[in-house]
Amino acid sequence: MPPVIDPEKCIGCGICADICPLQVFSFKIKEDKIPTVRRPYECWHCNACVLDCKAKAIELRLPLTHMLLYVDSSTLRPKED
Amino acid sequence: MIAIKEKLETDVLIIGGGIAGLMAGIAAGNKGADVILLDKANTKRSGAGATGNDHFLCWIPEKHGDISVVYEEFMDSQNATSNDTPLVMRFLKTSPEVVNMWQEWGINMKPTGDFHFEGHAYPGRPKIFLKYDGHNQKKVLTEQAKKSGVRIINHSPALEILSENGHVTGVLALDVSTDTPSYRLIKAKAVVAATGYVSRLFTTDPTPSQMFNTNMCPSGTGDSIAQAWRAGAYLVNMEKTYRHAGPRFLARCGKATWIGVYRYPDGKPIGPFIKEPNVETGDITSDVWASAFTDLKMSGRGPAYMDCSGASKEDLEHMRWAMKCEGLTALLDYMDKEHIDPGKHAVEFSQYEANLCTNGIEIDINGESNIQGLFAAGDMMGNISGDIGAAAVYGFIAGQHAADYKSEKHLCEDIEAMPFCKERMNLYTEIFERKTGASWQEANFALQQIMTEYADCGPHRVRSDSMLTAGIKYLGDLRRKMTQELYVNDAHELMRAAEVLNLLDLGQALMVSARERKESRGRHMRSDYTFTNPLLRDKFLRIWQENGTPCYAWRDRIK
Repeated sequence: MPPVIDPEKCIGCGICADICPLQVFSFKIKEDKIPTVRRPYECWHCNACVLDCKAKAIELRLPLTHMLLYVDSSTLRPKED
Repeated sequence: MIAIKEKLETDVLIIGGGIAGLMAGIAAGNKGADVILLDKANTKRSGAGATGNDHFLCWIPEKHGDISVVYEEFMDSQNATSNDTPLVMRFLKTSPEVVNMWQEWGINMKPTGDFHFEGHAYPGRPKIFLKYDGHNQKKVLTEQAKKSGVRIINHSPALEILSENGHVTGVLALDVSTDTPSYRLIKAKAVVAATGYVSRLFTTDPTPSQMFNTNMCPSGTGDSIAQAWRAGAYLVNMEKTYRHAGPRFLARCGKATWIGVYRYPDGKPIGPFIKEPNVETGDITSDVWASAFTDLKMSGRGPAYMDCSGASKEDLEHMRWAMKCEGLTALLDYMDKEHIDPGKHAVEFSQYEANLCTNGIEIDINGESNIQGLFAAGDMMGNISGDIGAAAVYGFIAGQHAADYKSEKHLCEDIEAMPFCKERMNLYTEIFERKTGASWQEANFALQQIMTEYADCGPHRVRSDSMLTAGIKYLGDLRRKMTQELYVNDAHELMRAAEVLNLLDLGQALMVSARERKESRGRHMRSDYTFTNPLLRDKFLRIWQENGTPCYAWRDRIK
């Protein structure tokens, strides 16, 4: 699940649900205490929710399919120029 | 029946609150027009510029001298193959004004204290991309639009552009702010289409299981290009599909923000331009040879790595700052958590699936299409490229002319009564009221399969008359099935279903155009016409729809 909301920190303002470009969250202002991550597969991992959360209650988790592939740079050193 | 939530009237209606749309709104509002702007999400964080950008193509006279310096570098060195020259010149001439406005409004265009050009550059040649800090650009432009009197309606994607006798008359929109969809009908004297680039048309590469892992935000589905197409607008250069490149499994733009060298696994530089990291130029290999990553994969000589290890500590800190400007904070957070240090670790890069960027609505020098009162701006302009700079500047130009246009025209009496409007309202209602069938995801994957199998672009993939002819037939079959079977559970899914219907129209326009360009040129590689025809170098293919049938004609690039 891409964005992870900490229920202890969340103040239920709903900003994340309002600004998410993909409507990943669901939040009914009068009924819900905290937003629900309703459509995780539509997350683009843009970090907007993390950046805009006043309570710093959201952490973004990148799925295993999105892992960054890397090697130690020293293995790429030119053997000769 | 989906209810009508409200009926509105305005002088200028803008579809899409990205960089181009907001700039159009500001320009039109400042000229005294009543302006309504629709965004499918929230303008503070929507579109390709949602979390930032750090390169702005522009002309700054005191830095470049004559405008021809920037023009020639842009046209000769940046693969600018789809540009009408008068539009490029208008963009560049207007760009200093827009850059200064952004600086004044609070977007830092001089983060080093002065205008500084950096990246996307060849060693020893002029630099034309202004390095800036765009991390707050969407919020600043949203505030500025409100100050200019623009009424922003968020969570309301447009469904159709309405026109009558060659004049735009308004827009049918959807409200997706709650689970229950409703319509919004807006009469307008002028409409600015500004929904940006097109993603989700081809199978996501290299993560086919993750449809939304695209280099630009996957909410961009070319909606107003398709809506303009249905209204009879000319599209142009639709066959010239583009493929971006970046970190392999985390699809993201911003490759020019990395300060490093693309290398083979044995350490040799892939491109001929630099041997060590160069903060002033970046490694332009990925701009001019984006297929390098695929070439290495297919030849077995890969993987290709972005190696920043030779950069100084200061340059690595500069890169980290620039990634925040560019909006790559998710990538930075991930690297920090995983202890991936660009100074010590080389990151694998690859090429992503095809998308449409500078393939779309043909505009004149004022940003107007062949439909009177219908303007277009941003990545969806078919005959001028230039990324964020062109989006900002042409959005501004189009907004000014849309405001002027309003004084000449009267509003249509009753857009709800228009047969096309009724027909489309009924179509979306049928989809919403259907209880079972094909989900939007199923339809989108089906479309991507056909596009990728029958119309993909190079490298290492070819198009041909027989494959495209078959693909066009299959798209027709898919259209019939989608019309009969699409079903949705809520307003959000109805928005997504409408997006897939738009993508289907764009896929058709792309395939018909690709079949007609009987040569190989750039990524458009034909197995039946493997040569590049010099006579077609400056020929643009224009495509439009008449009574449901695609028509096309060649035209000369305007020099």
